Amino acid sequence: MLVHRHDWSLQRKGYLDQERHKERVREAIRKNLGSIVANESIILSDGKKTIRIPIRSLEEYKFRYDYRKKKHVGQGAGGSRVGEVIGREGEGMGPGRGPGAGDQPGVDYYEAEVEIDEIAKLIFEDLELPYLEEKSKQAVHSRQLRFGEVRKTGILPHLDKRRTLLENMKRMAKETGRAQIGPLRKEDLRFKSWDEEVRYESNAVVIAMMDVSGSMGEFKKYIARSFYFWMVRFLRTKYDNVKVVFITHHTEAKEVTEEQFFTQGESGGTVVSSAYRLALEIIRQRFDPKDWNIYPFHFSDGDNYYSDNDEAVRLADELIATCNLFGYGEIGEEEYAGYRRTSGALLSIFNERLKNKDRFVGVRIDRKEDVYPALKAFFGRRGEHV
Amino acid sequence: MSDAEIKILEKAIEEIWEKACELGLDPFPIHFEIVPATVIYEIGSYALPGRYSHWSFGKAYHKMKLMYDLGLSKLYEVVINTNPAYAFLLEGNSLIQNKMIIAHVIAHVDFFKNNVYFSKTNRRMVDEAVTHAERIREYEFKYGRKTVEEFLDAVLSIQEHINPDLFIREDHAEETERQKPSAPPPGKYDDLFALDAPKREAPAKAEEETGPRRFPPKPEKDLVGFIMKHSPVLEPWQRDIMAMIHEEMEYFVPQLQTKIMNEGWASYWHTRILRELDLTDEEFVEFATLHANVVSPRKGSLNPYYVGFKIFEDIERRWDNPTPEEIEMFGRQPGRGREKIFEVRQLENDISFIRNYLTPQLVEELDLYIFELRDEEEWVITDKTWERVRDQMVADMTNFGFPVIEVLDGDYNGNRELYLRHRYEGIELDLEYAKKTLEYVYKLWGRDVHLETVVDGETLVLHYDGEDHWED
Repeated sequence: MLVHRHDWSLQRKGYLDQERHKERVREAIRKNLGSIVANESIILSDGKKTIRIPIRSLEEYKFRYDYRKKKHVGQGAGGSRVGEVIGREGEGMGPGRGPGAGDQPGVDYYEAEVEIDEIAKLIFEDLELPYLEEKSKQAVHSRQLRFGEVRKTGILPHLDKRRTLLENMKRMAKETGRAQIGPLRKEDLRFKSWDEEVRYESNAVVIAMMDVSGSMGEFKKYIARSFYFWMVRFLRTKYDNVKVVFITHHTEAKEVTEEQFFTQGESGGTVVSSAYRLALEIIRQRFDPKDWNIYPFHFSDGDNYYSDNDEAVRLADELIATCNLFGYGEIGEEEYAGYRRTSGALLSIFNERLKNKDRFVGVRIDRKEDVYPALKAFFGRRGEHV
Repeated sequence: MSDAEIKILEKAIEEIWEKACELGLDPFPIHFEIVPATVIYEIGSYALPGRYSHWSFGKAYHKMKLMYDLGLSKLYEVVINTNPAYAFLLEGNSLIQNKMIIAHVIAHVDFFKNNVYFSKTNRRMVDEAVTHAERIREYEFKYGRKTVEEFLDAVLSIQEHINPDLFIREDHAEETERQKPSAPPPGKYDDLFALDAPKREAPAKAEEETGPRRFPPKPEKDLVGFIMKHSPVLEPWQRDIMAMIHEEMEYFVPQLQTKIMNEGWASYWHTRILRELDLTDEEFVEFATLHANVVSPRKGSLNPYYVGFKIFEDIERRWDNPTPEEIEMFGRQPGRGREKIFEVRQLENDISFIRNYLTPQLVEELDLYIFELRDEEEWVITDKTWERVRDQMVADMTNFGFPVIEVLDGDYNGNRELYLRHRYEGIELDLEYAKKTLEYVYKLWGRDVHLETVVDGETLVLHYDGEDHWED
């Protein structure tokens, strides 16, 4: 009886269909980006590379029994008794653990392990930076030294010791037949030489402003946080150097650390102009619009102190004049998603009264799912720009 | 694997083959082949070599391959039911592992050849599957990969719903009846067509007098077949794909019907055969370890290898040493164990196997129990009565674990809508899944689809019209 062996090295079907499956996972992610963008496990991932997200649309639907309403036959290791608890719902007990493939219609709760970068890529696919070109032409150049070449002549401080010794050994090996270190000669010496490299860097600064007045609760902060999370990630794909300045304000504004920005407790009233004034001050001192692409973004619940509105609009116009894009997000109450203030809130005031609306994007966010459309509104393609 | 090792393996196969035939096994010739892990997992996840492409196979492949890479599970062999049979052995199996696997494989092939439920399977299925794959590839080329894939998604969602009773065929009577009035079932506008062909009117009237004609005449279990033949919207290539899936499913049905028996039979014989080979002590220990891995209880679920193996051993013991009552009542002669298990392997399937041969002692020994979800939170053992355990096992295997769905009316509302009924036998459907599956059925049927089932003791009908779901 013969045992056969064939060359299967060109066999790729399983691999190809596996890729197709992955592609479907990606499609499913793309369809669900709205809910994935604000997914806690991503926003709070703290540098983790991959996360698991459930993808329902990849289940293979069939007519099947309700597993939870059904009796099952199981097998113990001997001596099992009636009344014994063998598992808890939701702890891996239940469908999908049935015996072998195809024996039972198991739950195919498809949890895909996805790299955050992968998701980012999908999210950013449709996004682009408005008004990027005009700035990047004026990008700052930085001088850098790069040791890229080895030469036989040079000054002693640039001596490449390792290479010199190697050359010495090679020569000794040739001459004596043994690879060892011998007396150094001039021809052994190797020097590093460096080039001055001019690297063009594009810089961007995000001025993240957030209202921390009494009316900004946990949910609103979370929304702001998830928005900034993606925004900074996105800007990093477009610019070499992205800085983020965090400003919080109630009636007064101050610059804070990232940590404080997202955790600070809330209190007091709202004077929006204070934040814009500080932003303008920071831009003036540290970020020359000639060299920097500036993206101020402001999140608030829109409840500005009414007599401050004129000043806020004036300063906002001033900000817009210096920056690439000014974004304003007004976050509503999660529970009252249906209720929208139309008048009196800052968003409507901006929409009515700003002079330079071209570079202003204002959105309203009521639910987690709105974060993705908001990102799109800020960074979406807007035809040919001016 | 070196040529020398191959030689040794070939010798081992010959030795095991001879031993197996001597013991009464009667397999098809077998084509043995050593393959790398990627290939064995591919064949394992597609169930046939050369089968058509679909992402769900890719998903299964990925899962199996991952389990292997993580060292969680291993596929030592894949056997294909054809004549000659194919046996794929995983590259890197040790010699003694291979010996056990070869004995196991020979018994599987013996089962394929001799069990009556396999008597109608296509023994050239590999060629058939390859042809199918080629045709599907052509359709992909012609109509677009995405179109074909979406169609396959829909067909695969109901692929288990064919008529599994290969022996009960109302074959030709129904066919000829259908050929006579080859026109589609009466529709709303038939009267208009009738104006063109006044001659037909007479027989149509005669039919009405005998009562409303039902379509289908009797509830039809074969959803795939029914939709393939009668869907108002399918293109020829789509009907062709459905025919292929139908054919492949018919091929797999006997395997689904005899999983416990087939694995039990193979495990029984690898044990018997290896005991008769001259093994060194180390080899024997290695064999025993592997055997124990295969044939051991799995906590919480049923291991078909273990259950089947135990039942076959038990049958043999009981027919070798019948009790005085058995001798008196059934005229059972001692020493007929071997003969009896051969008879069982020929005539039974899992359902009759469990119903006829699972004894109270076995339920006790195998520690089988019934468990269910209590208060929505705990899975609890609720019964160990042997009859109930047995009946539950039988119930779980009926229609290989799938609910029975039948076509009640292919011309519902006089509008060629499709009315399906779940034959409710005490277990409710997963409604979420049922709705999603209805969407697929709609895709195949092209008109409103309805599914009648029972929830909380009341009849519920799910409707789907291509856009919205509703129920009443």
